[in-house]
Amino acid sequence: MKKKIKIKINGKSNIIDDKTNLSVLLRDLKVPLRKVAIELNREIVDKKKLNNIFLKTNDKLEIVHFIGGG
Amino acid sequence: MAHDKLVVSKKKFNSRLIVGTGKYRNMSECAKAIEISGAEIVTVAVRRVNITDKKKPLLMDFINPKKITYLPNTAGCFNSQEALRTLRLAREIGGWKLVKLEVLGDKKNLFPEMIETLNSTEILTKEGFEVMVYCNDDPLMAKRLENAGAVAIMPLAAPIGSGLGILNNINIQIIRKQTKLPLIIDAGLGQASDATIAMELGCDGVLVNTAIAKAKKPFVMAEAFKNAVIAGRQSYLSGRIEKKLMGNPSSPTKGII
Repeated sequence: MKKKIKIKINGKSNIIDDKTNLSVLLRDLKVPLRKVAIELNREIVDKKKLNNIFLKTNDKLEIVHFIGGG
Repeated sequence: MAHDKLVVSKKKFNSRLIVGTGKYRNMSECAKAIEISGAEIVTVAVRRVNITDKKKPLLMDFINPKKITYLPNTAGCFNSQEALRTLRLAREIGGWKLVKLEVLGDKKNLFPEMIETLNSTEILTKEGFEVMVYCNDDPLMAKRLENAGAVAIMPLAAPIGSGLGILNNINIQIIRKQTKLPLIIDAGLGQASDATIAMELGCDGVLVNTAIAKAKKPFVMAEAFKNAVIAGRQSYLSGRIEKKLMGNPSSPTKGII
């Protein structure tokens, strides 16, 4: 069985497989990549390089988009 | 009037009305109000994606960013660090350089925190952003923002969402006289005539959200603001008469029977 790790996605704890690829995770979450920005541990992630990123324990992922605002 | 365009950071817009996209009952109401208002720039906020409810509608599905210029804002940021983080993320979503900086200093009156705002303007400009800056109606601070590289000065009329209209039109006129940058009244307008007054003072545009979104009939109010901005601009350009203390008859006095 694969080792599990705990990460935070948009402030909420999630248990995922260790070394999950960020690109795979976002696909599983059905995130519309062209309409969001992604931050990992306070660093902006280049959306072209998602394949090269593997998540590790205690990572903090933020996925943001535009909503209505004044 | 056809050639009279709003120019912000070398981009030209036919409409001088900018509208916010918050506080509407739903996204289709928001999209329709924008269409009726004729606005070509809309402000948008950056927030976390709801990853548990994937069916939640996305703003971009209702308002096409290829047709309407998205102006990402930093609403809800109370310091420079939060504002910078927000706008860097906004740029990452789709390459937005033109942004609205808004750093608030007080949760109740929502007045801008001008020291943080000024510092953020400098940093963002150096990073290549084109920064439209929400600010108080202080001519000295407006000058400092201009020197820091702001592409538009956006003083409040009154506190955000208050609907009080322009409280200090003298300061707005002083700012108008001192700057060639686009001057856009941002926040505090309550009804269409407030927008007309702003335009008659020589402002280049107005930014309205609550007054339209929270009107009992938002679509009618959206149209009212559209017309009010046009009327105010025409009035400003037409060269109004001087104010006089005494009356001056409109009909000839010669030939009275």
